[in-house]
Amino acid sequence: MIELDNLAYSYGGGELLSEISLRLAPGSFHFLTGPSGAGKTTFLKLCYGALVPTSGDVTLFGQDVRSMGRNDMALMRRRIGVVHQDCQFLDHLPLVENIALPLMVSGRDVAAEAQNLDDLIAWCGLSHRKHALPPELSGGERQRAALARAVIMSPEVILADEPTGNVDWEMSQRLLQLLVELNKMGKTVMIATHDLALIRAAKSRVQTRVLRIANRRLHLAGADL
Amino acid sequence: MLILADLVRGDTQADRVVPPTGFTARLTLFSAAAMTFLAVFALALSLATGRLAHNWSAELARSATLRLSASDDQIAAQTQAALSVLKTTEGVESARALSEAEQQALLEPWFGPDVPIADLPVPQLIEIIETRKGYDAEGLRLRLAAEVPGAVLDDHTRWRRPLVRAASRIRTLGLLSLALIGAIMAAMITLAAHSALAANAQVISVLRLVGARDDFIARAFVRRFTLRAISGAILGLALGLGGIMLLPAAQAEGGFLTGLGFQGWGWIWPFFLPLLAGVVAFWATRSAARRILRGLA
Repeated sequence: MIELDNLAYSYGGGELLSEISLRLAPGSFHFLTGPSGAGKTTFLKLCYGALVPTSGDVTLFGQDVRSMGRNDMALMRRRIGVVHQDCQFLDHLPLVENIALPLMVSGRDVAAEAQNLDDLIAWCGLSHRKHALPPELSGGERQRAALARAVIMSPEVILADEPTGNVDWEMSQRLLQLLVELNKMGKTVMIATHDLALIRAAKSRVQTRVLRIANRRLHLAGADL
Repeated sequence: MLILADLVRGDTQADRVVPPTGFTARLTLFSAAAMTFLAVFALALSLATGRLAHNWSAELARSATLRLSASDDQIAAQTQAALSVLKTTEGVESARALSEAEQQALLEPWFGPDVPIADLPVPQLIEIIETRKGYDAEGLRLRLAAEVPGAVLDDHTRWRRPLVRAASRIRTLGLLSLALIGAIMAAMITLAAHSALAANAQVISVLRLVGARDDFIARAFVRRFTLRAISGAILGLALGLGGIMLLPAAQAEGGFLTGLGFQGWGWIWPFFLPLLAGVVAFWATRSAARRILRGLA
């Protein structure tokens, strides 16, 4: 599904990640943790082909990212749902259209999928906000909308970068619950976070694997979490 | 044709993803309107000079003047002799001596209506109309020199050619102006498209994040800029045609300037300008979009 083989990534003359190997199995649930600036976001970007490693290989669904053209990459992105820390919405479109964006760019008829879209928005608890513009939403609403957008194409993998970074505890639990439900539907989930409480909460609900980036390398975190 | 059909049909979903951009929209609209306005006049100039060159060429090419200078007692005989020569010259359709009144009318602009033409040593003029095939001017000159000494044949070539050449060059300049206007419009729309794409780098990044292909992104920008250019061009066309219609109607006294405009089927040509503006905008935006999207990869 997603395989990283002895990859390294350098930026600005310095090596940010080194000797990283990982295989994300279908249906697995991973947490990626580490101190701020350790390279969690960079690692996620390498996982969905937004960055190309300096050395080593990244294979997405059997294809080497270096051999993929821009159109191949676009098709690949439809199989990997990404939740960004800053959500990345189009501010001129209402929430419902932002969530439907992956459908729109893939040429699917949004009107024909209106019921599915409404169900998804309701599942995220955003029915009352579907016509609001992104700047009018709270942090939690934005994160849930970003999650809804990430899953609308029914991707096989969901990568979430600090999805609970800007929300309170109650909202972070709701978001976690949504991600756990997606995992139970068979989706592979990887969440980058430095919120250890969130990881502990998840462990009680689903089987997880916790990875930590430290000193440029990826480690399997201990049971202390 | 498929591209044009796509453009007309549009993609409402692709159109929605590009935010309305005030500055670039206004710049494209203004450029297209201003350039089309100028193009209408360049086209009118080109068509008018084309007509002028054709008319001068056609009207003057088939006529010539024979000038006879002789004493009063000789002039009638000389005129008869010249007419006899012309009557037997192959390629001359008709020849007639101008009457005193006609000669007076020709001199009137310079000497006034009361010029006593009979008292002046004015040469007798004979108007010659050629057949379509024309006559041998050098042969006729030799015959006239032998039979009507003092007769001077003026076949208008001397001053017709530079006039026709000048009109043709003005026409070429008009067409060149049209090409330059098209190039300037393409450059301005390219700049506006560059600016819009650069300003929307974040939008492009989001679209790529959710799996948009470059074609989808480019299409959204291209259609918007093309439609804006066509709208601007229609506005410029309306203003340009309004300006042309406000010009005085063609008059013989006005010469070239009052004939500047469209005539007959010529009125159809300016209506192709918005379509041309659309084609220019389409290619300019498409190439700009592809370049920028490659750069943002």
